[in-house]
Amino acid sequence: MDQLDGKRDAIAMTTELQIRTGANQRPELAALDDDVLRAALLKMHLIRRFEETAEDSYARGLVHGTMHLSIGQEASAVGAVLALEPKDYILSTHRGHGHCIAKGADPGRMLAEFFGKETGYCRGRGGSMHIADVEGGNLGANGIVGGGLPIAVGVGMSLRAQKRDSVCMVFFGDGATNEGAFHEALNMASIWRLPIVFLCENNKYGMSMDVGRAMAVANVADRAAAYAIPGVSVDGNDLPAVAAAARAAVERARAGDGPSLVECKTYRIRGHSKSDRNLYRTRQEIEEWRDRDPIRRLEDELLRHDRLSREELRVIAERAEQQITAAVEFAGTSPDPRVDELTRDVYAD
Amino acid sequence: MPNEIVAHGAGVRECSYAEAIREALAQAMEADGRVFLFGEDVGVYGGAFGVSGDLFHRFGPERVIDTPISELGLAGAAVGAAITGMRPVLEIQFSDFITLAMEQVVNQAAKIHFMFGGKASVPLVIRLPGGSGTGAAAQHSQSLEAWFAHVPGLKVVQPSTPHDAKGLLLAAIDDPNPVLIFEHKLLYKTKGPVPVEPYRVPIGKAAVRREGTDITVVATSIMALRAEAAAQRLAAEGISAEVIDLRTLRPIDFPTVAESVRKTHRLLTVYEGVKTMGIGAEVSAMIAESEVFDFLDAPIARLGGAEVPLPYNPALEKAAVPQEDDIVAAVRRLVREGEA
Repeated sequence: MDQLDGKRDAIAMTTELQIRTGANQRPELAALDDDVLRAALLKMHLIRRFEETAEDSYARGLVHGTMHLSIGQEASAVGAVLALEPKDYILSTHRGHGHCIAKGADPGRMLAEFFGKETGYCRGRGGSMHIADVEGGNLGANGIVGGGLPIAVGVGMSLRAQKRDSVCMVFFGDGATNEGAFHEALNMASIWRLPIVFLCENNKYGMSMDVGRAMAVANVADRAAAYAIPGVSVDGNDLPAVAAAARAAVERARAGDGPSLVECKTYRIRGHSKSDRNLYRTRQEIEEWRDRDPIRRLEDELLRHDRLSREELRVIAERAEQQITAAVEFAGTSPDPRVDELTRDVYAD
Repeated sequence: MPNEIVAHGAGVRECSYAEAIREALAQAMEADGRVFLFGEDVGVYGGAFGVSGDLFHRFGPERVIDTPISELGLAGAAVGAAITGMRPVLEIQFSDFITLAMEQVVNQAAKIHFMFGGKASVPLVIRLPGGSGTGAAAQHSQSLEAWFAHVPGLKVVQPSTPHDAKGLLLAAIDDPNPVLIFEHKLLYKTKGPVPVEPYRVPIGKAAVRREGTDITVVATSIMALRAEAAAQRLAAEGISAEVIDLRTLRPIDFPTVAESVRKTHRLLTVYEGVKTMGIGAEVSAMIAESEVFDFLDAPIARLGGAEVPLPYNPALEKAAVPQEDDIVAAVRRLVREGEA
């Protein structure tokens, strides 16, 4: 009996030790060091607060037009971009604020673009749907579903021709995979083994159309088989899992082994755009996905494994809040474009 | 690279429109490692109309790239390559197939520079063999250039001579904007003087092909050749027609047209695309809106393609687009009625 009790004590001690040292963490989490996790969490908070602020600004009449919010999808944007280096490119979508911030864009200049200001990333000419940060490697959001996919092929051709060690990650939604552009792009990227990561954010709906009604295969990733490239599906609300899948795809692309398709299964908590009345889904479904909030999920796991303290989490969230407050101030006080410069930049000189 | 050398002389020899384009491609690729040609069957096959010819063997598969039949994907690839430092030249096998790539040309290539606040440029070239007269019927014979001339951010050119085919292509490759070149399939074998050395024909500049005093005929592509031939015949009847080859549709060279109409007091436009909502409407409206309108002695007239899909039967096909006789008749009508 004593012997057995002693064994139990030993097991308990080992488990406690493992928890404290992170030894029983899943490999996807263990692969990310504390600084990386802090930065990732900050970006997730920044995206969330940026979009909530944009939404609030819209309600207060400071932003016109429309916007597509990615609230609930922060882990796929940040997790995927974690695998990239500054020299790499991304191409984004109409739901692209997350990708943009993940790649390092300044929320102040992004918000200024929302406000239509001269200091915005596109000098107020593009708005929410066309934010690009070319110097930062973001070749642009896109108002056309699937618009970025063939462009990625050309970026891959450039990188190959210029013998550069960079890769191109192109984001798109589940809806885009029913566009011809998706199939043309995957095929060309595959036959030419281009350094591209096709990153699908499957958020379950193409506007109102359930992905299950829009395609006959179970997963977007299954479509990779048609192009003889790897296709993986991951829980898109699980940042370490997304980061691991993206890293494998980026490494493959950088090694010259060609493109991959990574599908992040996630969910947009908000409607498609500002006009959405959620007629196609239930309140219960939205609530179920709220319970899988990617930010809270990551924070809980980090606390459970003692990777970051509650105090550290609080500081990170507070930093995000401060950056967004500064962004609002910058955007609000920025000048409008001059109307007499209407036709400027239609052509490059 | 000098601009426009027209004169015959040392370093100028006869060659075909197709050879002139090939020479421009070769010289651009020799001079600039960023330039590459891609498209369906441009490699070993040498291009559906033989334009790329031996370029595949001279420059290799990395610079002359055979592609799958994916026009949308190819146009997008041109955009992606252009915004990341390359100078892609895409051949769309028949210009009709650009309809499959409208999204990338109109929504992406044309708008990126403006939409991104001037932060990226899109220096791509798309070569588009178009036009009727080959018996290829409704889906392989169209003249769709006016569609693209309607889009700010694009440049649209239509060379009618071997000289301009080479010079406009070299200018297009140099240009930091997306340029669409509508080549005419019937012109590929036509010959003319072409300087051996590289040179540019400025985009946005029309050419006065023949000077005249009684009427201005503004024509595009193969219609410029038909207009010149018509003018020759009309001269024998004592009618002096000035022929302007527009060469560029966007940006359009209005001053050259206006100056001519101010002198001749009459205007006829001739183009192969469907007459309604076409190039002629734009040229006519520009004159009608300007002070040159007061100089007109006769109504403005348009000769364009018939309001019909291009038919297969040769007689019907011919009847569907302006011919030399149609131009002669239209000029006679305008000049004689004006005199009456």
